Amino acid sequence: MESSPPADAPPPRLELRGITKRFPGCLANDHVNLVLQGGEIHALLGENGAGKSTLVKMIYGVLHPDSGSLLWQGQEVRVPDPAGARRLGIGMVFQHFSLFDTLTVTENIALGLDNPGPMAALANRIRTVSERYGLALDPDRHVFHLSVGERQRVEIVRCLLQDPKLLIMDEPTSVLTPQEATKLFETLRRLAAEGCTILYISHKLEEIRALCSRATVLRGGRVVGACDPRQETARGLAEMMIGSELSTPERPPQGATGAARLSVRNLSTSSDNPFATNLKEVTFEVRAGEILGIAGVAGNGQAELMAALSGEALIADPAAVRIEGVPSGHLGPRARRALGLAFVPEERLGRGTVPELSLSDNALLSGYASETLVTGGMVRFAKARAYAETIIKGFNVVTHGHKAEARSLSGGNLQKFIIGREILQRPKLLIVGQPTWGVDAGAAAAIHQALIGLARSGAAVLVISQDLDELFVLSDRISVLFHGRLSDSRPTHETSVERIGLLMGGLFATPPDEDGEIARAL
Amino acid sequence: MSLIRLEPRGQASQAMVYLTPPLAVVLTLMSGFVLFLLLGFDPMKALHAFFIDPVSSRRGIGELIVKATPLTLCAIGLSIGFRANVWNIGAEGQLTMGAIVGGGLALAFYGHGGWWLLPLMVIGGAVGGMAWAAIPAYLRLRFNASEILTSLMLTYVALLLLNFLAHGPYRDPDGFAFPESRLFEADAVMPILWAGTRVHLGAAFALLAVVGGWVLIARTFIGFQIKVIGLTPAAAGYAGFDQKRIVWLALLLSGGLAGIAGMGEVAGPIGQITPNVSPGYGFTAIIVAFLGRLHPVGILLAALLMALSFIGGEAAQIAMGLPKAITGVFQGMLLFFLLASDVLIRYRVRFGARRAVA
Amino acid sequence: MSAELSLIGPILAAMLAAATPLLFAALGELVVEKSGVLNLGVEGMMLVGAVCGFAVTVKTGSAPMGLLAAATAGAATAALFGLLTLGLLANQVATGLALTLFGVGLSALIGQAFVGIPLKGLPKLNIPGLTDLPVIGQALFGQDLLVYLAILAVPLVHLFLYRTRAGLVLRAVGENHAAAHALGYKVIRIRFLAVLFGGAMSGLGGAFLSMDYTPMWAENMTAGRGWIALALVVFATWKPLRVMLGAWLFGGVTIAQLHVQGLGVGVPSQLLSMLPYLATVLVLVLISRDVARTRLNAPACLGKLFHPDA
Repeated sequence: MESSPPADAPPPRLELRGITKRFPGCLANDHVNLVLQGGEIHALLGENGAGKSTLVKMIYGVLHPDSGSLLWQGQEVRVPDPAGARRLGIGMVFQHFSLFDTLTVTENIALGLDNPGPMAALANRIRTVSERYGLALDPDRHVFHLSVGERQRVEIVRCLLQDPKLLIMDEPTSVLTPQEATKLFETLRRLAAEGCTILYISHKLEEIRALCSRATVLRGGRVVGACDPRQETARGLAEMMIGSELSTPERPPQGATGAARLSVRNLSTSSDNPFATNLKEVTFEVRAGEILGIAGVAGNGQAELMAALSGEALIADPAAVRIEGVPSGHLGPRARRALGLAFVPEERLGRGTVPELSLSDNALLSGYASETLVTGGMVRFAKARAYAETIIKGFNVVTHGHKAEARSLSGGNLQKFIIGREILQRPKLLIVGQPTWGVDAGAAAAIHQALIGLARSGAAVLVISQDLDELFVLSDRISVLFHGRLSDSRPTHETSVERIGLLMGGLFATPPDEDGEIARAL
Repeated sequence: MSLIRLEPRGQASQAMVYLTPPLAVVLTLMSGFVLFLLLGFDPMKALHAFFIDPVSSRRGIGELIVKATPLTLCAIGLSIGFRANVWNIGAEGQLTMGAIVGGGLALAFYGHGGWWLLPLMVIGGAVGGMAWAAIPAYLRLRFNASEILTSLMLTYVALLLLNFLAHGPYRDPDGFAFPESRLFEADAVMPILWAGTRVHLGAAFALLAVVGGWVLIARTFIGFQIKVIGLTPAAAGYAGFDQKRIVWLALLLSGGLAGIAGMGEVAGPIGQITPNVSPGYGFTAIIVAFLGRLHPVGILLAALLMALSFIGGEAAQIAMGLPKAITGVFQGMLLFFLLASDVLIRYRVRFGARRAVA
Repeated sequence: MSAELSLIGPILAAMLAAATPLLFAALGELVVEKSGVLNLGVEGMMLVGAVCGFAVTVKTGSAPMGLLAAATAGAATAALFGLLTLGLLANQVATGLALTLFGVGLSALIGQAFVGIPLKGLPKLNIPGLTDLPVIGQALFGQDLLVYLAILAVPLVHLFLYRTRAGLVLRAVGENHAAAHALGYKVIRIRFLAVLFGGAMSGLGGAFLSMDYTPMWAENMTAGRGWIALALVVFATWKPLRVMLGAWLFGGVTIAQLHVQGLGVGVPSQLLSMLPYLATVLVLVLISRDVARTRLNAPACLGKLFHPDA
């Protein structure tokens, strides 16, 4: 495939010239130039916060550039809104899906079309298109019944029904198993062969090298390079993206593991929330000195497992969860913390911290007991401030001090603050959800190092993450959560991304026996 | 494209937290000026009659304090709940139940009183208000029923109950079928704190509530938990704060304070049970709580201002024949302006459409 | 026997009439809540509608003008709510309460010149033959036009929400405003229109009270019906047809307690008057305890603030 067009070639599908976008306190895009040819799969590469999402939102008309111009097939155009983008032939699959849980697949798709026509006819078109591209979908189902992968299909089919000339995919594989991702790539290649241009946004280097013929690299809102990713190494791409040597965390060899600090036996849950995934006889343990990773696609029971472990949801059987050998299922978060548990939830803003409160108040949020920040029912504010300052210094949190509101910190700095707040309480057991989701590479490396250090100093660490790369860097053992069931764990060095991927797709329950016995695929 | 845009501030503006209430007062006065013009009154004279004349005498200032007393008591309690997203809007009903129970004790021991009667009435008033507030608390926690609607429905029930009692069991046996009770005996009446006025012991309770409320929200761990629950319930769950306990605390506290306020009205300025114990103190207290920024000291100031709107309304009606309903309009406008100007705390207002180029 | 039968017709007719203000207000609020906005100011909007409808009818002598004025006044007060909550991002609960308090004051101010003036009431339908039918004739074919209008509004709202594209968009905005915005829908504009509709419906509900049900103006004459309408929306789990059932149920309770009072039973009238309020509490408890059903039916963005740049 030739990447530069011949002299008499048609104009590029889309060309961006000098696009600039400024938000209060941050220059998100700084004179960005980008050329997309017809039928190519073009990667937009950059780490979290590099300005990728802002740029594509401007192409799709959700945001508007402060300056610069946009040429669609050689003509300068203005994209007033997403409907305008759709009229031009631009479709977009969002990273956080723009779907409506309580509406049906057909209704969801109709909302993304300008002239959906009658619902029955639309449902038929959905069936046709989804079969043609291998994206099985039932038009009459409600979205809240669908898995994350199926939801993505809804988004893709919604775009395909408009015969797009440009399809924007924002981090599409972050919610897929490796096998689902491979299938998605086939669909995308087929679309490209039919002439559709695909703008593929990602920070996953291997998949870009496998899929894309051109790549534009963004860093700090600027274009810092363009290349053919197939000609580059993953390391070379990473350094272009980050702008410095890539640091991999140091990983001292694992010593002998100690006693089980967390042991979970036949943990099952039921919920009056119709959107919840119930856990089914989950059993595992985490020992002192080791990191257990739990992989799985979002929505397979991670939220329910986190709540059951933190004490936010109580379990009828106290012995289903033991912390340091003490039956804890019936204990709330406070009592579990007293046993040595520390906890980093997946939602940083809005669970791990209160967005509108200062860092010192947020230090008090989980540190009140172990740091004795409260005596006689009264808050010792001076001590809370000092604790916040200790966290800020110890974990290099970039902020203007303990008075800063939590919401004013970047994702990476806020996560360093939360991890620091929990680690400084010297936990015997730390549970972390999605430790580096949406975090820049520097902070991610620091967080990984801190977690490994904590485990090697004798604590038990449980990491629940959807990012397989991360789990392979961190974990000593890996399990997979699927439909509320947990697979047996495997030592990390004895397994592979492919095997874990199959488990994430549910292959360990083949078939679900009458007595609930789980056949293992490994 | 709109000509006015809101731009989020990185950090909430502390200055605006303090500046917006006075701004809302000024905007209300300006609107009042226009309103008086429209109604055909001389605006300067009317505003003077409304806001200055009533407090130019010792008696006037005394009346201001008398009216600010129940407002402060109710609003302090409500503010604790509002901070924790507990929307008790039934303070009027809880106040009424305080009057029914506290006043009922005065009538029950009529002729057999002693020094102990008044303390008993205070406790009875608090218990009456608490019991009435406990119903929405229980229904919310046990059945997930909105306390907004249940507490308000119970207010109508309490007002009807008071009406029934005043016409029936509580009626003065020697009173020629007037729907009024006997006048309370000396043992059952709140002592006057400031001679020559009607300022009574309730004012001291209100000040105590202000101080106690401040300590609770600013210094105690319970206050911190209330703040976290109000802002981000999920974070409170993460931290292990007991939300049920806070709902109980907020409703019982506000019910108890409202009950004391109601008991203070019948044992204070009214001196007996009548079908109309309150001119809507429990509802106005909602405005007071917001106007005072849910802060005890702010609430005290806001209660004085709202009390002024009550006595100003009465005074202006007598002096100039201004309609009494203007009080309610003023109160509503003030809350509107305050809520509108609140946007300045978290957002900057920018004029002119953002240039949209592509 | 025949004496009891002859009672059924008037009772049925009275029940339908008593349900009408609730039906108007609750249907309006249902559409508002479906768009993701919680407007607690229904009581205030009803009162403003009631007084404006009454005043304009008295001044012009024209009932249609009065109804138009009531709907307009309701929508205008709702616009104030929309401006604050949607434009200036004020807290919806607090603003709704403010709207009620303001509506009580404003309606009393406007209405004081009209206290004690009687009004004729609205013309009744009269279909010779049908209206004269025994037992049910009066109830089904002898009501005021507004009663029919309210009932007609139920299927119309249902069809709008579930059979039109505009209704689909409105539900989508209430379900997930961020996603709707990302797809290019004007969240604030759609919600504002819904709020205006809710205000107009509340205004009509109030006007029915002051112009027809008890054709006169009295301060606070809605007596909590706005709040009961809010409870009805929850009771109906946000479904228009069930709103109608709920409104009839409450109409029935109201009429039953009036009739019992009229029969001179030994229960004091004040205690009987508590029944509709207690029934509201009971109904809320029965419906709300099913958390799963509420979660499935309540608009997910109900009461949440939306700022497009956030």
